[in-house]
Amino acid sequence: MHLSSFVEMVESGFDDRVLLGDQKSRITGTEFGFLVRLGATQVHNQYASVIYVGENHSLLPVALFAAAWAGVPFVPVNYRLEDRQLHSLLERYPNSLVLTDPLTSDRLAGFSPKVFEKWLDELSTIDLEEVGPTEPAEDDDDVAVVLFTSGTTSEPKSALLRHRHLMAYLLGSVEFGSAESSEAVLVSVPPYHVAGVANMLSNLFSGRRLVYLASFTAQEWLTRVADEKITHAMVVPTMLSRIVEHLDGGVLSTSTLRSLSYGGAKVSERVIRQALQAFPNTGFVNAYGLTETASTIAVLGPDDHREALSSDDPMIQRRLSSVGQVLPMIEIEIRNEHEQVVAAGESGLIYLRGEQVSGEYAGVSLLDGDGWFCTRDQGSIDADGYLYIEGRVDDTIIRGGENIAPAEIESVLLAQPGIAEACVVGLPDDEWGQRIVAVVVCSEGHVVDPKTLQDSVRDVLRGSKTPEEIIVRDSLPHTETGKMLRRVVLSELVARQGGSAS
Amino acid sequence: MILKPGARLISAVCTAELMTVKAPKTDLEVTIGGVATIASATARDGSVTAVAGHDSGTLMGKRYVDEADTIELLCTKAGSGAVAVNGELLQLKEAKALPASD
Repeated sequence: MHLSSFVEMVESGFDDRVLLGDQKSRITGTEFGFLVRLGATQVHNQYASVIYVGENHSLLPVALFAAAWAGVPFVPVNYRLEDRQLHSLLERYPNSLVLTDPLTSDRLAGFSPKVFEKWLDELSTIDLEEVGPTEPAEDDDDVAVVLFTSGTTSEPKSALLRHRHLMAYLLGSVEFGSAESSEAVLVSVPPYHVAGVANMLSNLFSGRRLVYLASFTAQEWLTRVADEKITHAMVVPTMLSRIVEHLDGGVLSTSTLRSLSYGGAKVSERVIRQALQAFPNTGFVNAYGLTETASTIAVLGPDDHREALSSDDPMIQRRLSSVGQVLPMIEIEIRNEHEQVVAAGESGLIYLRGEQVSGEYAGVSLLDGDGWFCTRDQGSIDADGYLYIEGRVDDTIIRGGENIAPAEIESVLLAQPGIAEACVVGLPDDEWGQRIVAVVVCSEGHVVDPKTLQDSVRDVLRGSKTPEEIIVRDSLPHTETGKMLRRVVLSELVARQGGSAS
Repeated sequence: MILKPGARLISAVCTAELMTVKAPKTDLEVTIGGVATIASATARDGSVTAVAGHDSGTLMGKRYVDEADTIELLCTKAGSGAVAVNGELLQLKEAKALPASD
C-alpha cells in the first residue's frame, strides 16, 4: 500500500475528527486531506523531493503526505547541523522543494528555501479546481522517506524507507482508528529521526490528535501535557531523564498521560525506576527499532514494566532493562560469529526479517538473499522471549583476544553512586591489542575518586573487564536523541595518546 | 472489477467504507450489505437497502479477509452492511492489540 491511500483513509475515517493542532488551530481529517491535495499540486512534476529542515511544526504531516501524494521522497534533515554538513546533505538531493523555519532559512541561501509557514499560506490561496488536482501516486515500491543515519560511527548515510515498509509497519502494529477522539499525543522527537516519522504516522493512523513541541525542555513538555490534556507521548532517554530530574521526586498521580513510550537509545534502569514512581498511573512502553527497520520491532509493554518493578524474582526484575518481545510480524535470530543461531540467553548478532525491514541505503541493499538484515547490534533473547540489547558490535573491545561489550562495563559504572553517565572505549595497546578506558560524568553535587570507582567495578567484574583508566569529565558528547558519540570520545582519547584509531 | 491495493469501496446501502489492503489480480464482485459498491458516498440516495444475511455490519479499523486469505479489506468507516466478495461473506481478521510504542 501507498501513503496516498493513508490520506484517503484519514479522509474517510476521521472526516470531522480533529487530528492536528493545539487549542489555537485545529485541523480535521477532511481539512488535512485537502491541504495534502493542495500541497501535492505544488510538488508534482516540479520537484524531485521535498526536504524539510527546521523545528517541529504543528502541520508537519502536510509536508510529508504532500510529497507522498505527488510521488516524491520526503527528506527531513537535522537543522542543528553546522552549515558545511547541512549544505553537503542538501546537495545530495538536487531540485528539491526546501521547506524550512525562519531561523534556518537564512543559512540556506543557495537552496531557494521556503519558510513552511509561508508555503502553507500560499496553499490556502490556490483554487484546486483551477490548477487541477494531482492524481495520487500509487507505486508502493517508491521511496517515501529518506533519513540520514546519526553517524555515531561514520559519515551519515541515506537510509531509504519505501511506502511498502512504512505501511507494513502501520498495518502490523496499529489498529486504524483505535484511538478515542479525546486522545492526544505530544510529539517532541525531532522530525529527522525515524522515531519522529513513526510517531507522526502511527498516531495519525490510530486517529489520535498530534500536538507538536517545537523544541524540548522538561518544563515546556510538562506544561503542554497538562494544558493539552495529553494522553500519549514518546520521548528519547535524554528527555526522560530531564523530566525525572525536573520533577525531583515529585509524583504526578493525576496526570492525563496514559502511555509514555521511550526509545532511541539505551536508558539507565535507575531513570526508569524513578520515572515509574513519578508517573504512577501511566503505562510505560520501551520500544526498540532502527531507522533501517522503519521504526519499532520490539516492545516492552506497561504490564511488563509494573511487573518487573514489583517482582522479587531477579529474572523478572531484569526485564526492566530489556526491550521486550518482538512484534508478531517480525522474525528474529541471534547468530554467533559463524552465523549459527545461538541458544536462549546466549549473546550474538541480531538479525531481523519482515515486511517493514528495509535494510537499504541509497544505492545498496544490506538484506541477504533470504531477506535477513544484520542490525550490527549485539544482543540476547531469554527463554521467555525478552530481547536484551548489548550495544553495537562495532563498539566491541577486543582485549587480549577477549570480546568485551562496553555496555556491560558501563552498566556497572552507572550503578555506582554519583555516576550520571559513562562511556567505555578500547584504545590501541601494544601488549593487549586494546585496553579499556572509561570516561564518566558525575551527578550534580557528587565527587568521585577514579581509584575507588575502579575498585568498585573490580568487585563486580573480572580484572580483565575493569577499566585500566577512568577519566572524570563534565560532560560527554551525544546525538540529539541521546546516543553517545563514541567515535568522538575515542578519537579525542587516541589523539591525546598520540596515535590514530583503527 | 479488478481491485488494486488502495482502492476504496463505498457502500450503496449504509455508511460503510473500506480500503483494499491486498487483492488478487482477478475480476471480483464486491458487495456491502449484499449490494454492489459505489464510486462515491454522494451517490448513495437511501433508496437501496441491505439484503438479508448481509446485515451483520462492518467495524471501524477492522480487517476482513476471505477463507483463502487472498483478499484483505480494511474498514475506514463503520456501517450496518457486511462485506462479501463473489458472494462469500468476508471474515473478521483477529489481530493482537499492541501497546502504543511511538
